[in-house]
Amino acid sequence: MMRVVDAAVLLTSMAIASTDATAQGGSIVVGAKNFTESEILAELMAQVIEEYTDLTVERRVNLGGTMICWAALRAGEIDLYPDYTGTGWATILKEPDKITDPLRAFLHVRHRCLDEFDVHWLDPFGFENTYALVMREAAAEELGIRRISDLAAHSGQFATGFSIEFVDRADGYKGLARVYGLDLAPKAIEHGLAYEAIRTGAIDLMDAYSTDGKLLRYRLRVLDDDLDFFPPYDAAPIVRSDTLAAHPEIRSALAKLAFRISNETSQALNFLVESRGLAVPDVSRAFLEREELVDGVRESAADAVQALGEVLANQPVPGGDRVGRPGLLELARERAGQLLQRLLEHLGLTAAAVLLASIVAVPLGIAITTRSRLRRLALGTAGILQTIPSLALLTFMIPFLGMGVKAAIAALFLYALLPIVRNTYTGIAEVDRDLVDAARGIGMRPRQILRRVQLPLAMRTIMAGIRTATVISIGIATLAAFIGVGGLGQPIVQGLYQNDSHLILLGAVPAALLAIAADVGLGRVEELVQPRV
Amino acid sequence: MIAFDDVHKHFHDPDGREIVAVRGLDLVVRTGETHCLIGTSGCGKTTTLRMVNRLDTPSRGRILVGGQNVADADVFELRRNIGYVIQSGGLFPHLTVAENVGIMCALEGWPRARIDARVSELLDLVALQPSEFGARLPSELSGGQQQRVGVARALALDPDYVLMDEPFGALDPITRTQLHAEFGGLLEQVHKTVLLVTHDLGEAFSLGDRVTLMHRGELVQTGTRDDLVSNPATPFVSEFLASFDGGTLDDASR
Ligand SMILES: Nc1ncnc2c1ncn2[C@@H]1O[C@H](COP(=O)(O)OP(=O)(O)OP(=O)(O)O)[C@@H](O)[C@H]1O
Ligand SMILES: [Mg+2]
Repeated sequence: MMRVVDAAVLLTSMAIASTDATAQGGSIVVGAKNFTESEILAELMAQVIEEYTDLTVERRVNLGGTMICWAALRAGEIDLYPDYTGTGWATILKEPDKITDPLRAFLHVRHRCLDEFDVHWLDPFGFENTYALVMREAAAEELGIRRISDLAAHSGQFATGFSIEFVDRADGYKGLARVYGLDLAPKAIEHGLAYEAIRTGAIDLMDAYSTDGKLLRYRLRVLDDDLDFFPPYDAAPIVRSDTLAAHPEIRSALAKLAFRISNETSQALNFLVESRGLAVPDVSRAFLEREELVDGVRESAADAVQALGEVLANQPVPGGDRVGRPGLLELARERAGQLLQRLLEHLGLTAAAVLLASIVAVPLGIAITTRSRLRRLALGTAGILQTIPSLALLTFMIPFLGMGVKAAIAALFLYALLPIVRNTYTGIAEVDRDLVDAARGIGMRPRQILRRVQLPLAMRTIMAGIRTATVISIGIATLAAFIGVGGLGQPIVQGLYQNDSHLILLGAVPAALLAIAADVGLGRVEELVQPRV
Repeated sequence: MIAFDDVHKHFHDPDGREIVAVRGLDLVVRTGETHCLIGTSGCGKTTTLRMVNRLDTPSRGRILVGGQNVADADVFELRRNIGYVIQSGGLFPHLTVAENVGIMCALEGWPRARIDARVSELLDLVALQPSEFGARLPSELSGGQQQRVGVARALALDPDYVLMDEPFGALDPITRTQLHAEFGGLLEQVHKTVLLVTHDLGEAFSLGDRVTLMHRGELVQTGTRDDLVSNPATPFVSEFLASFDGGTLDDASR
């Protein structure tokens, strides 16, 4: 199903694609958000660039969300990544109005991003990952429903379950009901459970993302949004202008992917990765081989080629749920090595941040005991830092520190400052005035008083601050996974996107245990340093 | 000799109002004497003491210690030549008795052996067995023992002057009387110039060669016990003495 947007853009791109430049060496970085489809698209882009140019391609996948990818792109940390027109419209450009026309959305987003940010939106891949209503294939066939507007005639003949947020939102069911004149009496149901509900036949109609691999797995039909209610979310590669200027061959390489991927194909690719457990590079390679976009056959992708063929041939996949989900313990055993690695990463991030914060915050806490102006400034600033949402703070770091470990440690460092500065200050300020006067009275110098009297007596409070900072950091470090630096947040974030509670637990439980262990362990240390009184 | 020359000290309360703690104080503490400052609560005794070692600065006037204006002295050198004892002892709770007593010697860079010898000598002086008490923490001492350690610490660098702010204030009357007798001997033995604050007249008369009575920040009368008893400068002096009559005064000064 080629859309208007496809045709129009194709014309312009064909003109440009012919101005191919001679290939030249160099390297570029492809980014992806942390969900399967984004990762697959990034991998596809990487593989065609490798196939058609001399460039070396580095992959930075698992970046946490649009704002982080966008910031990374603008900062030059990555050179290109896949995004969606609806996201460009609402999240990047923050356009206040709703848009329904896909072509206008694409052109507008492309124009403004180029004009204001020097970022190119290249030709779309050809599919849309938008909100959609999906129906059990059998029920849809029986009632003859293909479009959303077909629903009105059959209301009462099927059961509807919508995710809780979709039911309430004006751009969700409320608006939909108005535009299509529907009265579906939907049950509100947790999205993760909805697939189970529709599989067992408890409901027949639900909301979903239109390219979700589970649509294949559960044999669900995407109903055509014939009145264009849902905003357009056409997927397209976006590239920084300077990258494109330096390597114009990227444009023609990526043109190979333009309009090559249908909704069904994207569903199939997602399905193979999420439900069949195939590797993203193999699935991507399988697609490119099948479409004859690459030469030759790669051995490692053979399984994927066969699976993709099967899935696309007899879709929807019968008995899609045959791939059993492993139990939590099984999963934990399977991933024990990886988990240990994540744990070590997590510890490393936290330890580095808390150590650096202690090096800065303890002297600062000491300095502000005698300087009230500096005290207000320091405690005020550290307090404000604390109120910045962690993900936002991580994003702010990217332009300065790039993407990765440095940015993550910097953000954790900033959060760790306040408890340590505050406790150092309080600990010293709380030392009995008479004791300090006695020390002064017998002729001790301020430095000597600090080292021999105030610091030893404040040490317990300072340690308590470091303990608090450590526990906070362990919690926040899970978010570091959003900028692709690993840690125990990695399985959590992945689990969130794949709607897999076992994966979430696999990260969350060790993180919680780590926090408790740190709390108890540092509590012990605190007892040890308690001044002998 | 410690000389106060028209010394005033004002504080400001949180509302910015002026509090006169000491007003026009002229006083000479003679070299080698033990001089007691006495008076009702809040009359400015502590403030007077703290201006000698510059924990407080006079608002007006000057204080000479050994002929030198304290305002011109190197404050750390000044304090190292003036022992300082406060009511609760002011001992560092995280250091042992020996460490408390020897801390200034250690900060002066004395060799270990010399510090140990000095600490033993001082503990002996204040009648604490070094082997028994040296390794204890202040929290493992009675109030009277803590007070002795405070005195020992004040004497560590063998200062010419000693300031004591109600050193026995927190003790029960029996222990206090016992310490008075002991310290009377001790003070004579070490031959320091001592300025001691108390609001116990009995203590003042039993320890002090001379006594200065203060009232509302001003000096009322300076003299020996006999001077005050037989020639009270104002009716307040008689009143003040009378308030102790039949109490600790008679017992302690006999
Ligand atoms: N740092 C300060 N700030 C404000 N006022 C003070 C300060 N120190 C002392 N004062 C005031 O100065 C006056 C004299 O206080 P000071 O401590 O010298 O009295 P004192 O004779 O030692 O009393 P006491 O016998 O109760 O110890 C009091 O009114 C007290 O409230
Ligand atoms: Mg006092």
